[in-house]
Amino acid sequence: MSDVSLLVNGKRVGGAVEDRTLLVHFLRENLGLTGTHVGCDTSQCGACVVHVDGKAVKACTMLAVQTSGSTVVTIEGLADGADLHPIQAAFKEHHGLQCGFCTPGMIMTATDMINRHPEGLDEATVRAELEGNICRCTGYHNIVKAILAASKTMAKGAAKGKAKQAA
Amino acid sequence: MGIEGVGARVARKEDKRFITGAGRYVDDMVVPGMKHAVFVRSPHAHAQIKKIDVKAAQAMPGVIGVLTGKELKADGIGNLICGWMIHSKDGSPMKMGAWSPLAVDKVRYVGDAIVVVVAETKGQARDAAEAVEITYKELKAVVDATKALEKGAPQVHDEAENNLIFDWEIGDAKTTDAAIKAAAHVTRMKIVNNRLVPNAMEPRAALGHYDKAEDHYTCWTTSQNPHVARLVMSAFYNVAPENKLRVIAPDVGGGFGSKIYIYPEEIVCLWASKKTGVPVKWVADRTESFLTDAHGRDHVSTVEMAFDKNNRITGFKVDTIANLGAYMSLFSSCVPTYLYATLLSGQYDIPAIHANVRTVYTNTAPVDAYRGAGRPEATYLLERTMEAAARELGVSPADLRRKNFITTFPHQTPVIMNYDAGDYAASLDAAMKTADYAGFAKRKAAAAKQGRLRGIGMSCYIEACGIAPSAAVGSLGAGVGLWESAEVRVNAVGTIEVLTGSHSHGQGHETTFAQLVNQRFGVPIDSVSIVHGDTDKVQMGMGTYGSRSGAVGMSAISKALDKVEAKAKKIAAHLLEADEGDIVIENGEVKVAGTDKSLPWFQVALAAYTAHNLPAGMEPGLKETAFYDPANFTFPAGCYICEVEIDPETGTTEIVQFVAADDFGNIINPMIVEGQVHGGIAQGVGQALLEGAHYDDSGQLLTASYMDYTMPRAGDLPSFKVSTSNTPCPSNPLGIKGCGEAGAIGSPPAVINAITDAIGITDIAMPASPSTVWAAIRAAK
Amino acid sequence: MYAVNYHRAASVAEAAKLVKNGDAKLLSGGMTLIPAMKTRLAAPSDLVDLSRIKDLQGVKVSGKTVTIGAATTHFDVAKDEKLRKACPALAHLASLIGDPAVRHKGTIGGSIANNDPAADYPAALLALGATILTNKRDIPADKFFKGLFETALKEGEIVTAVSFTAPAKAAYEKFRNPASRYAIVGVFVAKGKDGVSVAVTGAGDDGVFRSKEIEAALAKSFDAASLNGVKVPAKTLMSDIHASADYRANLIAVMAKRAVAAANA
Repeated sequence: MSDVSLLVNGKRVGGAVEDRTLLVHFLRENLGLTGTHVGCDTSQCGACVVHVDGKAVKACTMLAVQTSGSTVVTIEGLADGADLHPIQAAFKEHHGLQCGFCTPGMIMTATDMINRHPEGLDEATVRAELEGNICRCTGYHNIVKAILAASKTMAKGAAKGKAKQAA
Repeated sequence: MGIEGVGARVARKEDKRFITGAGRYVDDMVVPGMKHAVFVRSPHAHAQIKKIDVKAAQAMPGVIGVLTGKELKADGIGNLICGWMIHSKDGSPMKMGAWSPLAVDKVRYVGDAIVVVVAETKGQARDAAEAVEITYKELKAVVDATKALEKGAPQVHDEAENNLIFDWEIGDAKTTDAAIKAAAHVTRMKIVNNRLVPNAMEPRAALGHYDKAEDHYTCWTTSQNPHVARLVMSAFYNVAPENKLRVIAPDVGGGFGSKIYIYPEEIVCLWASKKTGVPVKWVADRTESFLTDAHGRDHVSTVEMAFDKNNRITGFKVDTIANLGAYMSLFSSCVPTYLYATLLSGQYDIPAIHANVRTVYTNTAPVDAYRGAGRPEATYLLERTMEAAARELGVSPADLRRKNFITTFPHQTPVIMNYDAGDYAASLDAAMKTADYAGFAKRKAAAAKQGRLRGIGMSCYIEACGIAPSAAVGSLGAGVGLWESAEVRVNAVGTIEVLTGSHSHGQGHETTFAQLVNQRFGVPIDSVSIVHGDTDKVQMGMGTYGSRSGAVGMSAISKALDKVEAKAKKIAAHLLEADEGDIVIENGEVKVAGTDKSLPWFQVALAAYTAHNLPAGMEPGLKETAFYDPANFTFPAGCYICEVEIDPETGTTEIVQFVAADDFGNIINPMIVEGQVHGGIAQGVGQALLEGAHYDDSGQLLTASYMDYTMPRAGDLPSFKVSTSNTPCPSNPLGIKGCGEAGAIGSPPAVINAITDAIGITDIAMPASPSTVWAAIRAAK
Repeated sequence: MYAVNYHRAASVAEAAKLVKNGDAKLLSGGMTLIPAMKTRLAAPSDLVDLSRIKDLQGVKVSGKTVTIGAATTHFDVAKDEKLRKACPALAHLASLIGDPAVRHKGTIGGSIANNDPAADYPAALLALGATILTNKRDIPADKFFKGLFETALKEGEIVTAVSFTAPAKAAYEKFRNPASRYAIVGVFVAKGKDGVSVAVTGAGDDGVFRSKEIEAALAKSFDAASLNGVKVPAKTLMSDIHASADYRANLIAVMAKRAVAAANA
């Protein structure tokens, strides 16, 4: 057992956990954050993707104790209050989900992807960057569409923000 | 259509919870006192169980119970069954071997469940599962269906001699043979349809809770049809009588057929909950899913297609061996028979058809319906054969198809089906236009200059959906009727709940079904709630599979809406002192046609519940139930065109364009329908290029994780060009045909036709992986 | 996963001490070790986490000498501007490992210490003639990689960095296993002052190896055309459900050709 302390979705959480506890199980079982899913045993499906210290990682391939001292954002922490995050909104608008099981991981991966590509994204890049996220329902068509659309919306938002700052 | 009515591209109501992480799947459920189950499974494909010793496991930390099949049998829990009786052509019934939820004396495939361990944590249950000692006597295994039929092959079940479950036929052998004999040309092929693993992203899971005080069971399960699960667990597995068993299928993360069936795990979790006194949850690992989810396909067929001198098809003869795995899964028998051979006429006017199907036990995971279920196998035979025939006859594949299309309806095929409507040429024309078929030769030449092989392939599919007219399937051996139910409850303030026997696991019913209600009464879809997936809330229903929820499920809702509408109009006529026949409901208002007299919808609802002023003799309330039994199957059809480029040095196939032109009848939400097509195509392309379950000769599954089983990823696929040209279905009130499986049915032959075209060969095995394609190119040189 | 005790090391010295506990294993990114523990194929008593040790982080380029700290993630290797100038092939290789989430965690030290026969880095380090630095000694790459999942590392020895001289030209071409996305064949070609070296991962039945046939052909002229008609023997190559030895032999030649073309581009 180890004592862990970390910031999850802006809230300080912690306590004693078995060292073998995976981050995904800590989130789901200890914190009740069941939006992060487990879809495989081999770190490939990406249903468990969360952000640790600002980077997308697979929560099924990390121990909770490894993240002690870190900042974690899960799908539950992405929206700003009642307002959907632009990527969540784009997934809905473009029908980027069906059964919803891979969706939290897809959205967390997409957020990380868009953050890493402020210059914008093209279809080939989006498809390549989705390497670690498997969806069985959508054929990816509308996921790709949603991410491209969100990337544009967010670039516009960022430009507006900058213009405001400059003014 | 209004902005939320039939035909509108309405964003999905259910999305909010999924995109915010608030979906509720079985693994998200927590019941006070809940403990965790792990199954001890057979590591051998075929073995006798000599001894099971659970003593050490029972003594492990956190262990609450270690239970075996013997105890399960002693408590009267029944064997798993196949719910569709097929008779062999000699009149004998299919040979169903016993399938105990926990194996007692023999295991028949790797993954066969033997013991369940219940412990405080999943980790402890797993620790204890490793401590269960089982002594086996290994037996020789057989994994290949053709080999299983050979004399001296290992015998999987005593009940099925030579592993033959049934030897069944359909159509007329004599006329078909005569057509082949008299033919100007016969195209002959041997065609393999590869075994697939469904791989819904949410692994199967079950949570069983026995309430001792109430003597009542609740089962949360990843099911496409919770009522069928309850019926079967009650009537056949003796878990509990129906009134004491509640089955809940909450949010379910994809099914594709694999979550239709009732598996050992949910039965065992319920039984173990009573046995141990704690709620018991089991969640599959991915590898467990690979080993034990019902697989799909796995056919080997030989075909002969006869043509006259005008290139018209005169006969089609098929001989198929279908691998059903180690046990007969719930609907396994109908997949390679009535869902398969009845579609062997395709879109073509074929006067004589005969198919013979032998189903076989092997030491592999059970095989049952997987997206398309029999129809992809039929389409693959036909469309691969048509392509080969066109090449042999030296005619264009499009022309050969067009020449043989059925053009008048209704059309009776020689294999039971009566097609009610369609326009196959319209889909073919649309697809060829979108694909710029005429410009292909130029593109091929340009690719050749780059050293790449370009090929084009098409596939004109038909499927039978809207499953199914109950009396018809009953006469063919089905154990259940395949109607659907709906209850429409108008609340006193005019909001509406629709209770449906359909189950959504990605299909968007909460939106589409609400659109239907909006169309009728003008109530905003936000004021319409769709209730499904809980046997305590919803009347008996048959669930979602076979692209039936639009054609059958929504027809039931439509029928219930008719009844609500009729009563509402009666009430309104009474209140407005008008003739019932003059009442119209539009945009949330109940009006007297041609006047300015009207009532808001909610006032009619309120009047029904206050009951202060109803027509004489009318019962209060506004709530109606309907059961809809389809009059016929529905027949979605379409044309798919795939264009590929192959890198001959590595054998890598790139899909450069994929075009789908479908006829789904009337469409409620085009956005959702397109999504269904996209997903279906990805699964079909997956079958053709990437996916294949692979057992070694000893029965070990070599593709038991994503490390070895290739799932389609975003980078493997292009964006798809999809469109529809629809002929309304005359057989149901909404004119809907269904769209859930089309993509998976139509696409594999289009892809393989394109690849064989590119390389200039007759056939290639699926999946046409880079190494397979490279070897084929080398062999063709 | 079996029970395990986790320790976070603040320094290499502390890690060296901690790793003497029971049957301890070093944990870096954990991208291979944790999955192996989940499936109970690995069962260390203790884990010593190296990932937060500052000294093990980052890429240094001084003149032609490149040094990469063992706990530098694939992501950080891929995006390092200095490395992208000094040896873009290695940065490119790092960008092809796993997927973005895996690259955020996986490290170069973890990858080479594990020496998966289908991992990418071993091919690069072997072809670059790199030196693997540990807390005990310096090991040349050709002495370091020893067969499948085997290295020259002794019990408790900790990889601290890898170092190499930037080649004049280099490139890496990878052909992925369609399912796992590891290399079925990965070929790293490097042309330096000591000539051309070509290392192959994913294919050898004894792990990463240098291809004599390809090297001999390229020694004459470092040009893709030099490889026309060159045959790689299939005898010592792996064969599995994804790729036969013959297919792998073909891919080695094809990937080598493409790598040379890329290196010359």
